[in-house]
Parts: sequence; structure tokens; C-alpha cells
Amino acid sequence: MFVYYLTLGLRSLRRNPALTVLMVMSIGLGVAASMTTWSVFRAVSGNPIPDKAAQLYTPQIDNWGPQQNEKGEPPSALSYTDAIALMHAHQAMQQTLLYPVQLSVLPGGSRSLPIAVNGYAVSGDFFPMFEVPFQYGSGWSTADDEGRTAIAVLSEEFNQKLFGGANSVGREITLDGHDYRIVGVTRHWDPKPRFFALFGSSGFEDPADFYVPFTRALDLQIDTAGNNSCRGKLTATGWDDWLRSNCVWVTPWVELDSASEVARYRQFLEGYAADQQRAGRFAWPPNVRLRNVMQWLDFQHVVPSESRISLLVSLGFFAICLINTIGLLLAKFMRRAAEIGVRRALGASRREIYKQYLMEAATVGVAGGVLGLLLTAVGISGTGLLFTPEIARLAHLDLSLVGLTLVVAILATVAAAFYPAWRAAQVQPAWQLKSN
Amino acid sequence: MTVHPIIAALRKHKAGVVLIALQIALTLAIICNAIFIIGQRIERVNQPTGMHEENDLFLITQHWVGAPSADDPAGLEKLDSMQQADLAALRNLPDVASAAPIRSLPLLHSGSVGGIGLKPLQQKSTIDSNFYYGDEQALSTLGLQLIAGRAFTAADVQHKPMRDESEPVLAIITKPIADKLFPQGNAVGKVIYLDSSSTPTTIVGVVARLQSAVDTEGSSLTWYSALFPVRQDANFSRTVVRAKPGRLDAAMRAVGPALYAVNPMRVIDEEHGVRSFTDIRADAYRADLGMAILMSVVCLILLSITAAGIVGLTSFWVGQRQRQIGVRRALGARKIDILHYFQLENLLIAGIGAVVGILLAVGLNLWLITRFEMDRMPVIYVLVGVLAVLALGQAAVYVPARRASNVPPVTATRAA
Repeated sequence: MFVYYLTLGLRSLRRNPALTVLMVMSIGLGVAASMTTWSVFRAVSGNPIPDKAAQLYTPQIDNWGPQQNEKGEPPSALSYTDAIALMHAHQAMQQTLLYPVQLSVLPGGSRSLPIAVNGYAVSGDFFPMFEVPFQYGSGWSTADDEGRTAIAVLSEEFNQKLFGGANSVGREITLDGHDYRIVGVTRHWDPKPRFFALFGSSGFEDPADFYVPFTRALDLQIDTAGNNSCRGKLTATGWDDWLRSNCVWVTPWVELDSASEVARYRQFLEGYAADQQRAGRFAWPPNVRLRNVMQWLDFQHVVPSESRISLLVSLGFFAICLINTIGLLLAKFMRRAAEIGVRRALGASRREIYKQYLMEAATVGVAGGVLGLLLTAVGISGTGLLFTPEIARLAHLDLSLVGLTLVVAILATVAAAFYPAWRAAQVQPAWQLKSN
Repeated sequence: MTVHPIIAALRKHKAGVVLIALQIALTLAIICNAIFIIGQRIERVNQPTGMHEENDLFLITQHWVGAPSADDPAGLEKLDSMQQADLAALRNLPDVASAAPIRSLPLLHSGSVGGIGLKPLQQKSTIDSNFYYGDEQALSTLGLQLIAGRAFTAADVQHKPMRDESEPVLAIITKPIADKLFPQGNAVGKVIYLDSSSTPTTIVGVVARLQSAVDTEGSSLTWYSALFPVRQDANFSRTVVRAKPGRLDAAMRAVGPALYAVNPMRVIDEEHGVRSFTDIRADAYRADLGMAILMSVVCLILLSITAAGIVGLTSFWVGQRQRQIGVRRALGARKIDILHYFQLENLLIAGIGAVVGILLAVGLNLWLITRFEMDRMPVIYVLVGVLAVLALGQAAVYVPARRASNVPPVTATRAA
């Protein structure tokens, strides 16, 4: 019966080409618009570190006060003073400070022109905390942090560019005229969005080339390549003044494995801010936050509003396409009332009629899905029109999207056919036979 | 023609009526909001930055390799002489009209923002403003329109480490700042205090307009900018260059070799080291333009799909009512009466849809305001939208209605 209804459906589609084309286009366009915008939304709103998103927290401390902070929220990074204080208190099992740096390297020895490379100044805990995979060697220990050692971890890509992919552990690299000993080479690692360093970044830039110890970067007075945000009267004239200022530029992360640890850490932050108030450094009551990865991405508005709006618009568009399809299916089915009457009179049950017409709708859905797939491919290649190249290239047509497109197209069309098919099944055989 | 028989007939086709009305309502809700968004984005994209002939401008960003720290006096002087040597080389290029050190450019989405107050040590500054730093050639290179006071002279220009936060002595401000801080006019010669400082800064000139360097999303900061006569020295430098008319490409190609000839120990990023202002502008407005294009395409397809739906359903009704139409024709109705019947029927359905659509459109707009901080949509957009969907309905119904009016009266006599 299934195959029979399928052939009936296909034959019926051929009988009314204009109406069929209209329905297929409707479904195809609707599903393609939704899938294109969904592919971008999926990429930008995903969880970059699913295993540990609930254990990684970034603390915020208001060092600007109610007059100068951002609508009551503490700044999105820490001042040097607060960052170092949190590290020294060491209230979490694992903790890291970090900031982005841009340095230069001579890729072909001293006679080549320098190129700029991007990386992060981090603490040793960074690598285990964020589950950075290693190809050669490893990260570094807390002792290296404290010893302010001149060491570096390279990315797989950067190691490929510099050393042709060979095991470079133990070799030296010169960044901005300073030597570092290579202790590790990561495997390709590029969580998107780059949740851990959003201060002065959209979260979708090229992956880092290297990592150096935070303490070493400070010794060399390497400036942040990210944001540096200050408030109020500034008196800084040099590096040391800048470190002591209220300028925020350091991103902290801590790993807290249980709810009680989170509560304890929150208490610690409150206590720290209260101490600062007592000491006269803050003239306001404690105003601290502790957000985990997904809360942080949400707070930082990592998903561009264009992505949300375009997804909503295309879903609305899809809804209209479906309503349109309901109307067209109704017209198509009811036109065949006489034929239904004959079938019913010959003994077909309502159920059978219902099945037959849902099947016919499903064939429209398949055709719409295939068209939708083609249009989605076109749409995805056009995402660069709306989004920056870093985001546009995240959208791609993978197997799951292909499957989703077809399934959505078929299910939506069949759902749209429920009412028209029900109306078809309600046809009174006696009436139709009489009037013919 | 009375409406009564039409309504009676529509009662028999509740589902079809509801579907068309719903489709029209949703289409209306989406297109008037979409057109509103398109209009807003286009307006944003078209606003001038205040820089004259900005397409001749380009920006050089370069980092020194192994340069001294600007924190100690000897290092500072060394950095400054390196920057001066670069500027001299750039100004000597045949295709370059002028060049100036600059901290940022409008729409670059990276810059410096500070507070401006009217009293010394003011706790909270009166306004926030963009801070631009450049030398005596900055004003003319940017092509700003001076409307009061004077430009900076070479003697005005100080040079300082970028981290040095001591206040500049002189400033040129934009007219919106002058209007805000000195509503009585005559801002030139007045004194302002930057970042709650106790040292005064004197205004020497006012320019008509200079757009923000940071992303301000429509806040007043967009047009609040101040320019200070300071050449900043750091481990990187930015230079804005004005090419001679029509020589932009040649000038942009020439700067790399010229700078490397002065000093090879530097990084000029291949992609973003030398950027035309056209490119900076396109980047800044990419999302706005993309949104406008996306919305236009969605509107067009929506309107065609809705029109096609109306054609499809009305054709079906015409087919169903062949006999009734024949009877009416046999009883003396003219072709035009039949045509009008279907047109009026569509007007009724579209009218119902439009009423629902107006509510949906306003609701959608209110929701967008709360969720995406969008502006309130003026009523005119809804009215235009209503007219558009009604016209669309009439256009779409014409073809099937014509076919209906061509049904011959003899149909009535045939056995159906």
C-alpha cells in the first residue's frame, strides 16, 4: 500500500505542475532560509567546552564603583591588583590569569622580515583546566610560573610553520627579541567561541600561535593586545603606575568542581571585596560576580544580534510558507473530491484516504527538502554578506545539517497536510457520486 | 453590490479564508518591520563621518620589533625619532598628499574614550568623548571642516608615551560637544577638564563633525570627539595617509617598501597593516548592509509566495463555483459583476488579515524593542504595509477573477 500511495502521490504531483512547483518552492525556500540562519546560529551559540562548561568560572570584581561601572555590572576583566590578589589567595583547585599578546617572530632566521604572531600570556593551570591537547611535550608547572621562566608552548599550526611540524620541544624560539625554551606543542585546539578570552575580542578570531607564562610576560612588560579599560582620574605615566591603576585588562578563570565549592568561592569574593572596602580602596559595598562558561558567553553577547534576528525572521518566513502550503494542499486535495468519493464508495476507509494524502504531502516534502538543500548550500556560501569572515566560515553544510534539512522539510509538510488530508477524508461518498 | 452574499459564501470556506487572512497578517507583520529595519540600517550606512574625500585615506598600523620602552626618557626620544623618520619618508612619497600620526580613525572600532568635564576634579565627567591624538597635519589630512578657532601648529604638538595619562594643553572639539558644553556658543578659548583632572585643557578650535572610532550603537558618543595635539609613542604606531586624488592604490603599494627601507625591524601585517578607509568603512557597516539585503530578499520572496498562495486558493474556489457563476451569469450578471465579486471578496479577506496584521506588526515591533533595543516603528510603515498587502491581494486575485468572469452562462444548464 505504501508504494502504491507513493506512486499515486507522484502521479498527482505531475497532474498539477504549477501548484506542485509552487508548493515545492514554498517549502524549499522556507526550509533553506531557516537552515542557513540556523547553521550560523548553531555555530556561534554552541558550547565550546561541553565537558567542563559547568566547572569553569570567571570571577568579576567591581573596582570602579557605582558611579563609573557599566549599569551596575562589574567590569568584564580584572585590574592587575585584584587579579594578583585572587591568584595569591588560591581559593580554587586550578586557576589561571590570562591576557592576549601580539609579538613578532623572524620565521626564516635573522635575515627575513618579521611577522606578527598572536598568543596568550597564561598560568600553568591553563592547559589542564581547558583540556588543551598536546602533540609533543606538555604545559608548565606552578613552579615555572613562580620562577618566571622563559618558556613557551606553540600551537600545532605555528610549529608547522616554524619547524616543519617536527618535535620542537627543547628548542629555542625568539619572540620580540627575547628567547623562550619550547616545552610543548599543542594539537589543533580552537574552541569556538573562544570563551576564555573575550575582553577585546569577538571570540571568533584565528586560533592562538603560542602561550607564554603570565609572570614572564609581566617581567618583559608586554602590553595587552586586547582591551584595556580605565575609569576616572588617571595619573599613570609608566608601566608600574599602569599596573597599580584601576585599568582592567586581565581575565581570570577558576575551576570549581561542586556546588559547595562555587558557593565557597563566591563567599571568598564577597569577603575580598569587603576587605578592600574596609581598607579604603573601594568606597562601595562588595559587587562581585561568578559566572560559568555559558553564563559568561550569554553575558558577553557573543551571539551577534544579527544571528538571532535573521534566525527569527527566517522562522517567521518558514511559518508563512507552511500556511501557504496548507492552503495549496487544501485546494489540491479538495479538487479531487469526486475521486475520493469513488474510492470511499468502493470500500476505502477514512484512514486509508488519510494515509494516501499524507503520503502525497510527504512526496512534496521530499521534493521541497531537496530544493531546500540546494538553496541552503547557496545560502551558506552567502553568509559572508551578513557576518564577518570569522563567523561566516563557521557555517557549513555537514551531514547533520543535510539530515536536519530533509527531516524538517518532510515533517513540516506532513504536519501542514494534517488538516487538508482530514478534510479529504471527510468527503461524503454519496454526495460526490450523486453530483457526478 | 452588497457584501452580504459574499460573506455567506465565505462561511462555506472558513479554512481557506482563515489561511489567506493569516498569511496576509503574518506577511504584513514581517514586511513592515523588515522595511523599518532596512530604512534604519541604510540611514546608518549613509551617514558621513565628517572627513572630506575620505576615500583617498588609508591607515598604516605597524609594530616595532626590539624597540626600546617608551617609559624611560631615552627610549621615548628614540621611539619618537623613529616615528618622525617614518612620517618624513611617507610625506616624501610622490603619490601621498599628506600624512599624520593618529591614534584611531572613525569606524575603526578600536580607539580611546575618555570623560570631559567643566570643573577641575569633577567626580563624574559631564560627557564621554572619543579622544583622537595627532599632530599639526592631522586635521588637514583627515579633511575635517574647521568652523571656529584655529588648527594646531607644529609648536602645539607634544610627544608622550602612550601610557602617559597627563592631560594635553590644547584641544579641538566637535560641534556637538561645543553645543552640549557651551550652549551659549563661543567654545573657542574656553577650558575643559579631561578624565576628572585638575589641569585645564584649552579649546582652540571647533570642527563640524567627526564620527566615533569605537562602536557606539547610536549613543550620543557617536558624534562626541576631541582631537589633541599629541604624537603618541609606543611599540606600535598608526599613521593616516591621504593619497593624491586617484592615486590611492599606487600610494598604498608604495608605503610598505618605503617604510622597510627606513627600518626593516617592524611588522606590517599583510592583511590589515595597510588598509584603505573604504575597507574600514565596509567592515564597520557589513552587518548593517547585509541585514538590509537579507530583509529585502525576505520581503520580496514573502510577497511573491503570498501572492502565489492567493492565486492558488482563489483559482480553486473559481473552479468549485463554476456552476454558481454560470447561474449568476444566466440570471443577468455581467462579466464585470463577477470580476468585482471576486475582487471584493479578496478585499474583505485581505482587510481582515490586515487588521490582525497591524496588531501583529506592532506586537513584533514592541518585542524587538525589548529584546534587541530597536526603535519604535513609526505608524507610516504600518500604513504603507497595509496598502501594499491590499494591493498585492488585488493584483493576485485578478487572474483567477478574470477567468471566473469568462465562465459562459451556458454552464448553468449543464449537469454538474
